[in-house]
Order: sequence, then structure tokens, then C-alpha cells
Amino acid sequence: MNLFEQVGFLFSSYNIPAAFWVNIQLTFWAAIGALVLGTALGVMRVSPVPSLRWLGTSYVTIFRNTPLTVIMLFGVLGVWSQLKITFSQDFTVNFFIYAVVGLGLYHAAFVCEAVRSGINTVPLGQAEAARAIGLPFIPAARLVLLPQAFRGAVAPLGNVLIALIKNSTVAAAASVATETSSVMRAMIDQNGNLVVLIFMIFAVGYVILVVPVGVLTTSLSRKLAVSR
Amino acid sequence: MTSTPEPAGTPAAAAGQPLVHLGRVNKHFGALHVLQNIDLDVAKGEVVVVIGPSGSGKSTLCRAINRLETIDDGVIELDGKPLPAEGKALAKLRSDVGMVFQSFNLFAHKSILENVTLGPIKVRGLKKKQAVAEAMELLERVGVATQADKMPAQLSGGQQQRVAIARALAMRPKVILFDEPTSALDPEMVNEVLDVMVSLAKEGMTMIVVTHEMGFARKAADRVVFMADGQIVEESDPESFFTNPQSDRARDFLGKILTH
Ligand SMILES: Nc1ncnc2c1ncn2[C@@H]1O[C@H](COP(=O)(O)OP(=O)(O)O)[C@@H](O)[C@H]1O
Ligand SMILES: [Mg+2]
Repeated sequence: MNLFEQVGFLFSSYNIPAAFWVNIQLTFWAAIGALVLGTALGVMRVSPVPSLRWLGTSYVTIFRNTPLTVIMLFGVLGVWSQLKITFSQDFTVNFFIYAVVGLGLYHAAFVCEAVRSGINTVPLGQAEAARAIGLPFIPAARLVLLPQAFRGAVAPLGNVLIALIKNSTVAAAASVATETSSVMRAMIDQNGNLVVLIFMIFAVGYVILVVPVGVLTTSLSRKLAVSR
Repeated sequence: MTSTPEPAGTPAAAAGQPLVHLGRVNKHFGALHVLQNIDLDVAKGEVVVVIGPSGSGKSTLCRAINRLETIDDGVIELDGKPLPAEGKALAKLRSDVGMVFQSFNLFAHKSILENVTLGPIKVRGLKKKQAVAEAMELLERVGVATQADKMPAQLSGGQQQRVAIARALAMRPKVILFDEPTSALDPEMVNEVLDVMVSLAKEGMTMIVVTHEMGFARKAADRVVFMADGQIVEESDPESFFTNPQSDRARDFLGKILTH
């Protein structure tokens, strides 16, 4: 077999795009969860309520410093096997949800830090002006602080998204057998002579997936920057 | 926080009652006693200029009146009612007390028009159409209506500060606090802002203005309050204050600002 035939053989024997699609879906749902939770945590960390600030800080400390694999394994072994909490009767769906939740919880800590760095780019006077026209804390945060914070946080948020795309392969630890790293391992097990080529295929696949995200967030961050 | 609870149901705006009342207000920043037994009454329609050396507590005084800073003890009343501590009532208070900052603080991500309509829509609950109509009228009044669709950073300092005044007016406040509104401006822009403030004063707006602009004080102020080291050292009408200050501190201070 020449190189083209080898590639053709691998793509016809294994559904590689489908594997990437699983990671894209994992990333998509986890990103939404992480964005919502991480933003809430970021707001908690700058809120005037000390107990909320403490909660936000504790969350970040715990989740940022726990290896993702541990969190994902906890989903399967702790939440599923021990605590018997299931989201769906369908095993595949169930493990997919564990993976999304694990990825979301973990990356929320990084989103929180990105949002907080964005909030730090907003001068104190903006929040004071919002309070001075009578906006309570939550509306002031929603209407004045966060829109400016997100513009300042686009670049770090892009980095979190890139990490999330790549980290979605850790879903293998939550028994999501259809995602890229699991499929890649199966392919390697069954085609020992094509190891290098298999690695190349997945490496290129991820580069194709990740590079546009970096380019997009960089240009977006320039375009959205608030001029003062 | 307030050590003397107010009798319930104090009638608001009784005849002769001050609009803003501060009674024995104290405030510390750590060991620093920034406001020391401050007593100050401002009547409806009155324009009070607060003057004094840097660090004497003028900004803190303003910020205490709309509760951007809390006080340690004493009372601050607006329209006969003590300042609420938090929640809806506090937000309402803040919309009754306008504030214009030294550094303008226009919302950097919103257009000039949106800066003025945000409060009326979100706090006063106006429909957008009505808020825009009112905002355009105010922008007209302060002379920046043609800039309505621009972003704050595209305007000069003087224009931004006039927008900030329109933003404060849009809340229909009972009193407006100005904290050194012209100190951050290039000299050629000072007058365009002062002119707007003078016309507001003439229209009967209640104003507390921290400024060293004697021209404004002479033209528009009913009273000058001189602060030093967290205390009100002296207060009188502008003419007697500037020509015949009573305290050494005030004489000394005026000597310094008059030499240039
Ligand atoms: N948030 C703060 N924390 C600690 N000290 C403060 C704070 N704000 C003001 N101060 C201090 O309080 C004093 C009075 O400040 P300020 O009210 O801004 O004076 P002014 O406006 O008359 O220049 C100054 O010595 C200032 O350094
Ligand atoms: Mg000041």
C-alpha cells in the first residue's frame, strides 16, 4: 500500500470524522456550561458579598488544581458506580453527559479566571457610574461590567476554548468510547504498522480544528476592544 | 450603622426642611478620620460649593451622600428620610441623587445616546422611545445632540462631561453632586462645562459642587463650604468667603489658589 492507499484504508475502516464530531459535541456543550458557570463564579469573585467571594475562590482553587482525568474518573467510578446517579438509561448518552459535566466543571474554573481578568480591565469608575444611576449590583454587572469584561476577556477565553477542545479527549476516561483518542487507540491496537500515520491524522485533525479558533478570537479581541 | 434610629414615618419635604441633611457624620478609613462630625444642610434649589485642600474629604463627603461610601455614624437624610442601607430603596436613592465624576465615567461600550437612556429604561422603567426622546432633549440642552451616535472615546473631555451631566439629569434627580467636574479638563474646555452647570443652577437644580472654580462659585453658588482635614472649617456666601475669609486655614488656602 502506498501512503494514499493507507490513508484511504484507515478512513474507510474507521469513521474518523464521526470521532471528531463527538469531540466537537463534547466541546460545544461543555463550553456552554463552563461559560455560564464560570461567568457566575467570576461575578461572585468580585461581588460585595464576602461569602460569595469565598465560594467562588474555593471553587476555582479546587477545580483548577485537580487533574481533569481525576474529575472524569470520579464521574464514572464515583458518581455512577458508587452513588448510582444516572442521567440516561442509554449507556453511551449517560457517559457522554458525565464527560460534558466533568469538562464543564473543570473549565468553568478557567473561564472564571478569564472573566475576572476581563473585569480587571474595566476601570472602577464604570461600576461606580452604574451604581450612581441606581442600577443594583446584578443589573450593573450585566449591563455595564460584563459586556466590557467579555471584550477584554476574548483572548483568554479563546485560550480556554482551545484547551477545552484538546482536553475533550480526556472524555475517554469517562468511558466515551467513540471520541478521537479512544478511536485512535483502537486503530493503533489493530494496525501496529501504521502508528505514525495514525498519529499524524489525529494531530492534523486537531490543528485544523484549533487554529481557526485562535485566529478568530485574536481578531475578535482586536475588533471588540473598548476604546477609552 | 446609624446609632440613632429615626422616628418612623418622618413626613417628607415638610416646609422649611432641608433636602439634604447631614448630622454629625463620621467616617474613618482605617486610622484616618476623613469625615469629622460633619453637619450640613442643603435646601431645595440651593447651590453649595465645597472647597478645600486635596485630601480634606470632599470626595468622600459626596460619595457618602449617595452611599457609594458607608458612614461610621451620624445621619444623612434625603428629603427627610435616612439613606437606605441596601436593596431597591438604595437603588431608588441613588437615582434621586445624581453624580458627576471628575473622570466622566461614561459607559465606554455604549453610544452617547445609550449612556443617557440606560438609567431611564432600566431604573425608571421608561419605554425606549420615550427615553430616547427625553435623552435627545437633554443632549440638545447640553449642546452635544449631534454626537448622539458616537462612542464616548470619540468625544472631547468637555463634551464627555456634558454628556455625563445629561446622563445624571435623565434620572430626574432631586440633587446632583459634582466632584471636581472640570479638574480633568483641558483649560479651554472648562467653561463649556461650567456654563451648563450655571444654567442648571439658574433653573433651580439643587447642587453640591466640589470645585476650585471661583468664577463658578461667584456666579452660581448660594453658599461656599470650606473643608480641611475632614472638618467643615467655615461656611458663608461666596463673596464674603473669597474677599474676607475668617479662618487662617481658608486664608492660607485661598492665598495658594489665588497666586495662579
Ligand atoms: N477608599 C479609600 N481608602 C482609604 N483611604 C481613602 C479612600 N478614599 C479616600 N481616602 C483618603 O481619605 C482622605 C480624603 O480623601 P478624599 O475624600 O478623596 O479627599 P478630597 O476629595 O478632598 O481630595 C485622603 O487622605 C485619601 O487618601
Ligand atoms: Mg476629591
